[in-house]
Amino acid sequence: MVAAFRQAFAEKDFVVTAEVGPPKGTDVSELVEHIELLKDKVDGLNVTDNQSSVMRISSLAVCRMVLDHGGEPILQLTCRDRNRLALQSELLSAWVLGVKNVLCLTGDYISVGDHPQAKPVFDLDSVQLLQTVGLLNEGKDLAGNDMKGATDLFAGAVVTPEADPIEPQMIKFQKKIAAGAKFIQTQAIYDLDNFKRFMDRARRDDVKIMAGIVLLVSAGMARYMNKNVPGIFVPDELVKEMAEAPKGKALQAGIAIAGRMIRTLRDQKVCDGVHIMAIGKEGCVPDILKAAE
Amino acid sequence: MIVAERKPLEQIEAMLEGMEKILVVGCGTCVAVCMAGGEKEVELLAAQLRMKGKLAGKKRTVDEITITRQCDNEYLDALAKYVDQYDAILSTGCGAGVQFLAQRYDDKLVLPALNTLFIGVAEEAGVWSQKCMACSDCVLDQTGGICPMTICAKNLLNGPCGGTDHGKCEVDGEKDCAWTLIYRKLEKLGRLGDLEKIQPPKDYSVMTKPRKHTHQAFQQSQQEEE
Repeated sequence: MVAAFRQAFAEKDFVVTAEVGPPKGTDVSELVEHIELLKDKVDGLNVTDNQSSVMRISSLAVCRMVLDHGGEPILQLTCRDRNRLALQSELLSAWVLGVKNVLCLTGDYISVGDHPQAKPVFDLDSVQLLQTVGLLNEGKDLAGNDMKGATDLFAGAVVTPEADPIEPQMIKFQKKIAAGAKFIQTQAIYDLDNFKRFMDRARRDDVKIMAGIVLLVSAGMARYMNKNVPGIFVPDELVKEMAEAPKGKALQAGIAIAGRMIRTLRDQKVCDGVHIMAIGKEGCVPDILKAAE
Repeated sequence: MIVAERKPLEQIEAMLEGMEKILVVGCGTCVAVCMAGGEKEVELLAAQLRMKGKLAGKKRTVDEITITRQCDNEYLDALAKYVDQYDAILSTGCGAGVQFLAQRYDDKLVLPALNTLFIGVAEEAGVWSQKCMACSDCVLDQTGGICPMTICAKNLLNGPCGGTDHGKCEVDGEKDCAWTLIYRKLEKLGRLGDLEKIQPPKDYSVMTKPRKHTHQAFQQSQQEEE
């Protein structure tokens, strides 16, 4: 069993998390493979919550599976699908099932997913959700009622360092910390100079910041993200590096880039850790970590 | 104002199946301004229905009348002398107008000819945009006169989500990110400090449907009468 995620920040200068996505359907064989592969190599495993607004097994169920397999889960919780009753209920449930970490997110809009006709909830926003975790940790609910037994959840949030304009993003970032975020996992970053400038503004003693690393698998993916994914910027030289990889070696180039970025962030003490998102290529995370050595 | 658009003619035809005498009732207020259900639109709709009926060999009489407002009993009363002659009333009012007509003449079939869209404004000729959700607790004083409940797809109260992209929204790249607009506006007004305060969760209890409002002056007079 790995040490608690919260503890990892006390014991290490550089903390590493990765991510697993619950499947659509009840076949969990590949998911279990990924959990087994990653659980001892990282300090925490994020479990996404109906990621990209696509209906899947719940984050909480998979978090419990991560625990059963000896890993340390981080529950991702979005405001899209649940009102304040359901969110608080989910947080209490997480705690009693042994899940100690939660990443509070707004959530993608409904229309990007596979049930575009569903009713979007957004009863709370991510800042209010963080405050709610704080209340539950104090033994009170959002309505001010006393509860029998409190949580002691370790709460985190996200920020987009490449957001344009960055100022409203930074104001919200400060609000998230004021609302109780103890760790931050960023949206994917690729331009380290930009990220260092972001860190100059964002660095605070009371929060741990982990850079988001998304594995590039092709030059096409990099160009696609530049064009279509808000808040992601892949610099030209990295697109070029991916494009120039020999045929069939693009994934290796992506692993090398991710490894190199992690090494730089760690060796130059730019931030407190990395969160690796190898979307669909979770099996490559050990290779990325090896490349980062 | 209330912005609406007419339902497709096929849908209206389907509603009128089996109806021989039809009264199309227009509304001269919001839906007249947005060119969906005023006098001109009623004239056009009635003509289309007559033509359709004729082409299909149906026995059909379509008459038309447009009143000042369908959301006011004072104007609905004027219809009393006509409604008995018809099998159905086809209203080109907004959803409120249709319901008020149906309530006033409750033994008559009242049908909607429009889809009610939103509370909005005329951005330019022929273009309207949504501005208000009628949330019953206005926050525009803190957001530079730009409503996060309406203009932000996720009705976020504490700033932009990660889907904001160069001032545009992840939901639709053509739409502005409300929080970028709010930020720019407050920056211009020198009131960015307004953004730093954490806004509490919205009180949805004040939005419990159906809402009812009695003007304060009338509350007092009602109490006095009692």
